[in-house]
Amino acid sequence: MATELGSGGAAFQAADGTGVGIIVRDKADRELHTQDMTLNVGPQHPATHGVLRVLVTLDGEVIEDAQPVIGYMHRSFEKLAEYRDYRQIIALVNRHDWVSSICNELGVALVVERQMELEVPERATWIRMLMAEWTRVLNHLMFVGSYPLELGAITPMFYAFREREEIQALMEWITGGRLHLTYCRVGGLKQDLPRGAIQMSRDLVPRMRERLKEYEDLVLGNEIFAARTKGVGVLPADVACSYGVSGAALQAAGVPEDSRKTEPYLFYDQVEFDVPTGRNGDSFDRFAVLLARIKESLRIIEQVNERIPPGPVNVRLPKVVRAPEGHAYVRTEAPLGQLSYYMVSHGEKTPWRFKMRTPSFNNISSLPYLLKGTLLPDMIAVMGSIFFIVGDIDR
Amino acid sequence: MIETVRDLLDNYWVLTPVKVLAVLAIFLTFPLVVGYMEHKVMAHMQARLGPMEAGRFHGVLQLVADGIKFVQKESIIPRAADKWVFALAPAVALIPAILVFGFIPYGPNLVPIPSDVGLFVTLALSSVSVIGVLMAAWSSANKYSLMGGIRAAAQLIAYELPLVLAAAAVAMQAGSADLAVIVERQGWWGYIVGPLVVGFFVYGTAALAELTRPPFDMPVADSELVFGHLTEYTGLRFAFFLLTEYAGIVSQSAIAATLFLGGWKGPFLDGPWWLAAKVLLLSFGVIWARSTYPRLREDQLQSFAWIRLVPLSLALLLVVGFLKVYEVGV
Repeated sequence: MATELGSGGAAFQAADGTGVGIIVRDKADRELHTQDMTLNVGPQHPATHGVLRVLVTLDGEVIEDAQPVIGYMHRSFEKLAEYRDYRQIIALVNRHDWVSSICNELGVALVVERQMELEVPERATWIRMLMAEWTRVLNHLMFVGSYPLELGAITPMFYAFREREEIQALMEWITGGRLHLTYCRVGGLKQDLPRGAIQMSRDLVPRMRERLKEYEDLVLGNEIFAARTKGVGVLPADVACSYGVSGAALQAAGVPEDSRKTEPYLFYDQVEFDVPTGRNGDSFDRFAVLLARIKESLRIIEQVNERIPPGPVNVRLPKVVRAPEGHAYVRTEAPLGQLSYYMVSHGEKTPWRFKMRTPSFNNISSLPYLLKGTLLPDMIAVMGSIFFIVGDIDR
Repeated sequence: MIETVRDLLDNYWVLTPVKVLAVLAIFLTFPLVVGYMEHKVMAHMQARLGPMEAGRFHGVLQLVADGIKFVQKESIIPRAADKWVFALAPAVALIPAILVFGFIPYGPNLVPIPSDVGLFVTLALSSVSVIGVLMAAWSSANKYSLMGGIRAAAQLIAYELPLVLAAAAVAMQAGSADLAVIVERQGWWGYIVGPLVVGFFVYGTAALAELTRPPFDMPVADSELVFGHLTEYTGLRFAFFLLTEYAGIVSQSAIAATLFLGGWKGPFLDGPWWLAAKVLLLSFGVIWARSTYPRLREDQLQSFAWIRLVPLSLALLLVVGFLKVYEVGV
């Protein structure tokens, strides 16, 4: 039973008699005719830091629909890995997430070692942990700098890079590399630490901690920053889980998931650290969790510095490394979230199949959910706080 | 000798070109000084050095070098653009920004264009620039440009009101809209000692928004809109827009200094140098805000103007009127 309301709507009794709804006829009947605008954000756009493209449908500045279009940086790492031997794969994978190379190559070393059932010297494992945590700090510092930049605050970027430079100096000294460090090897490490490196790492920790306080005061404490990020891009825990989101974005939703805790690898079960979580799962929480994660990493580094035992850092392996037939899976906590490698070997010197599960790919898949109904400026606030690396999405 | 010079200057046809040249010289050099200041101040606030090479001493000639570079760049007009509007937009934006300098009192009896309504002329002129921005935005045939232009227009409408109301409070206090008289009526400490300090705050905020400087730089928000209305501009036309921005900073600072800080008056040796010092100080504040704050969102920006600034400036107008009527000295 519909009764005319006059201005283009009709009231009706719902079929089960529970209530009255209003059917609004086509919007164009009552208002000026409007047309949605399709905007291609990217692949070349300052906010996508890389070549991510987001196809946005806009009504004014309100986002009606947003679809990430990926693949502009596809480098077919998974297929390439089938043609590379295990040492070469290490040099390959530190390129998909180019700001956390040690964490990537660590995963490969672990998965191959698991398949070969290799015992890695204790010293090597501790050093790996040290390097992985410094890498995490490096990675997070980059986002600590770039996220305010996307919100229009240019200054934190320069300070974050000043801090990064000090850590880079340590890493460069130890590994000889700057971006693609290629320090891990199957069975251990490329080389031992230079004398004094641990002392340098010890000195760096309090310095970083002091500087972190500045970021908390100046960025997290800024009213405009809070206004731009609080309540923006809320990702509830169940949605985050259903998209397979991991890392800071998942922890900000209140899920204390971190494979260093839930499925410890290396010696993470022997050090003390917490998994920071947020409450609201909004952009502000994600950034706060990121800062807290740096602090926890510094805590781990502090403990590792004191526990590195003397000894060899590598095991002798034959010239051609062959993993025995079978398959292995390793799950690690990369700076951006859960990074897993799955390897199937047919006993040859190259894997038969090498599957990567990179955190950015899953994290970015939550974008359509997050962006629907937000404003265009919020899109930047949301995208920046998901913390992704384009190479890590496309592989 | 002095007699002849004075006679010459009394001649209208001699005086006018001299004035024009002087104003043009100020207009050309001061924005460059502020631009260079922005380079250096921001650099030092951000733990870096900024330009160090051009001009041998700490990159003093960096902006001259930039200017020469811009001249050499290819001037591109997009095929889909509205050519005439696209080409004219920088001029429409730039010329009002220059004209403002003509109405500022630089010293006692040193007003290039004396006017009874100088305050309103300067405020009106400084808001004409946004037409240039809109022209640029619309004619570029680019979605980012268009959105930037629409944002700029919305922002101007929102912030023009508190800006004018704050200035009106000053005019009310001074009892005149003549900028020269407004300065005359102030002590060297200006109007910021007293209730008009609120007006200074309102005016400063609104002027920042009108200049679309951070934290109110939504129209050019480089991380969302690439570069707003400037996205399609290259070469000299782009340089003109940049010049407009710096000229705008200087002219708004000059108006603010005239209205609230006592203009050319100083504790000793009154003269244009005091105005210059105040302009540089205010410009420093503008630059400081840029390196400190993230940018506001469009809706936050609007609600800040309508809910906070407009009522505040209306209240100020009431208070100043009350004090004036009951002759409580300010």
